[in-house]
Amino acid sequence: MDLLELLRNLLFDYTLRTVALGAAVLGIVSGGLGSYAVLRKQSLLGDAISHAALPGIAIAFLLTGSKAPLVLILGAVIAGWLGTLGVMSIVNSTRVKDDSALGLVLAVFFGFGLVLLTFIQKMPNAAQAGLDKFLFGQAATLLERDVITMAAIGTLALLTMLMFWKEFKLLSFDPEFGASLGFPMQALDILLITLLVVAIVLGLQTVGVVLMSAMVVAPAAAARQWTDRLGIMVGLAALFGALAGVSGAVISSSTARLPTGPTIVLCISAIVLVSMVLAPNRGLIWHWVRRQRNRWRLRVEAVLGDMALLAAQHDDPGHGHSLAALRAMSQGRGGVARSLEKLERRGWVRRVSPDEWALTPNGWAAAERLLEQHEETSV
Amino acid sequence: MSNEAKAIEVTDLTVAYRERPVLWDVDLDVPAGVLMAVVGPNGAGKTTLIKAILGLVRPAAGQILIYGQPYVDQRRLVGYVPQRGSVDWDFPTNVLDVVMMGRYGTLGWVRRPGQAERMMAMEALEKVGMRPFADRQISQLSGGQQQRVFLARALVQDAHVYFMDEPFQGVDATTERAIVTLLQELRTTGKTVVVVHHDLQTVPEYFDWVTLLNVRRVASGPVGEVFTEQNLRLAYGGRVAFLSRDSQPVPGPEQGVRTPA
Repeated sequence: MDLLELLRNLLFDYTLRTVALGAAVLGIVSGGLGSYAVLRKQSLLGDAISHAALPGIAIAFLLTGSKAPLVLILGAVIAGWLGTLGVMSIVNSTRVKDDSALGLVLAVFFGFGLVLLTFIQKMPNAAQAGLDKFLFGQAATLLERDVITMAAIGTLALLTMLMFWKEFKLLSFDPEFGASLGFPMQALDILLITLLVVAIVLGLQTVGVVLMSAMVVAPAAAARQWTDRLGIMVGLAALFGALAGVSGAVISSSTARLPTGPTIVLCISAIVLVSMVLAPNRGLIWHWVRRQRNRWRLRVEAVLGDMALLAAQHDDPGHGHSLAALRAMSQGRGGVARSLEKLERRGWVRRVSPDEWALTPNGWAAAERLLEQHEETSV
Repeated sequence: MSNEAKAIEVTDLTVAYRERPVLWDVDLDVPAGVLMAVVGPNGAGKTTLIKAILGLVRPAAGQILIYGQPYVDQRRLVGYVPQRGSVDWDFPTNVLDVVMMGRYGTLGWVRRPGQAERMMAMEALEKVGMRPFADRQISQLSGGQQQRVFLARALVQDAHVYFMDEPFQGVDATTERAIVTLLQELRTTGKTVVVVHHDLQTVPEYFDWVTLLNVRRVASGPVGEVFTEQNLRLAYGGRVAFLSRDSQPVPGPEQGVRTPA
């Protein structure tokens, strides 16, 4: 399939277009709101919320007999929200720590959801089919009306986030200071978590309860690698989420039997991987380069210091010193020969014989400067 | 009339975490325009006292008045510097942004900081010697710089009463001097400043008022009257052997012996 055909399908193929749009919406909303979850160290909360939503979907269906997206979303939101409330009250009123509380709530709600799902499937009723798509997601079942519902609710959630931007920033960075200013931080906390619940629930039909937490955590984690500004991070996370959503939808549509939800999650994982490795400042390569550079700087400085020590013991400053002597002084630090070459390039040492080096006047001055610097920083 | 009002008036304050009382029946009268240290051993409830006054922890009993009115009505008169370690300094934001948070209370809901807030923040950064760092990502700051950013954030609150939780904790000598100068400037402009402090040696030099706390209030008043060996012994029990030196002239901050945090 060439690129042009792909583009045409994306625009005119009903199923692909619907799935891609739905995946983009879920990526934008969960990426944007997930940023706060990641910054507030609540990444696991997303997992608990998505699992906790399952019984809500089942109960909503049992009560209404309807599979309309709004009904199921409402059920999922209420259950996800109750799950979060459960975690909070366990942490506040018992000595159980929050990681255990999250694990407990996740397991209990998810288990209950599975029981209900099995019960529903055994009901003698044709309408029950298809609720299990919420387990792993089944993007192909997305209808246009589903996507419109998702987009409307998602827009509402994002607008709320933008409206309380300053308050949510305060909540995430310094909630106690926020409380001292008079903002009701607990109410803001509940509001932000409610938005997170909404973001998660929107993606359940596409990605499923099991994998949805990846769409909350991964775009934000990737975005954090590239920027040090909250606004850019939220925007970038939304972009990454959308990108993963659309590419996941396209890839799974062009390959037979590739499930959409897991493919989307693999796409965002690839984005995370690239960000972890390549991002400037925070990326692994960047770290490695900086460490190497530092290591060589220290090695070169040490050799220069040793040269100065040796030169100070001789009347003739131009006297050569053997590589072996410098190696012995380096105490196994290594890189002595290369350090000398680096120093020679700067004109601080010169080779007086194939195996002997001497400090130049410039080198002597540099060594003195270095010594002064060290004395200053050690004060 | 209002000049005579006490800046802070705490009556019968009791705070308990679960069953354990952290503060027991504390009374406190702080006149306006003093620079007050709150000292006491670890676990004495110093931080809790500040948090209870600011309404951040719920007291089991007690009344708190700021300039004669309940705290909720006087919030705009109060500035707060939390412990530096209470926030994540890897948060994606810069110095200017953090300082502008001090204006959020006055801005109220939804409104965003604008040019006026930016100017105030830059002015405050100038006062703490951090203006060149306005655009710096906060994770790149040293401990002392972080503390100064927090102070600048409190300054833009433009408060009458300031509460500072261990602003001298783990800062370099330069920052310590800068903070002391700033505190004394605040006092000369009539502000009241309450500082949780760990370094007993510097109390007489830096402060003019002191409260000794150990769950109960041991003593509170002018440093000259209250900061006595006997009171310190009451507050710290037998754990402060070096205190006898305090009756002599106090050494400068550079040589000051610090109690461990």
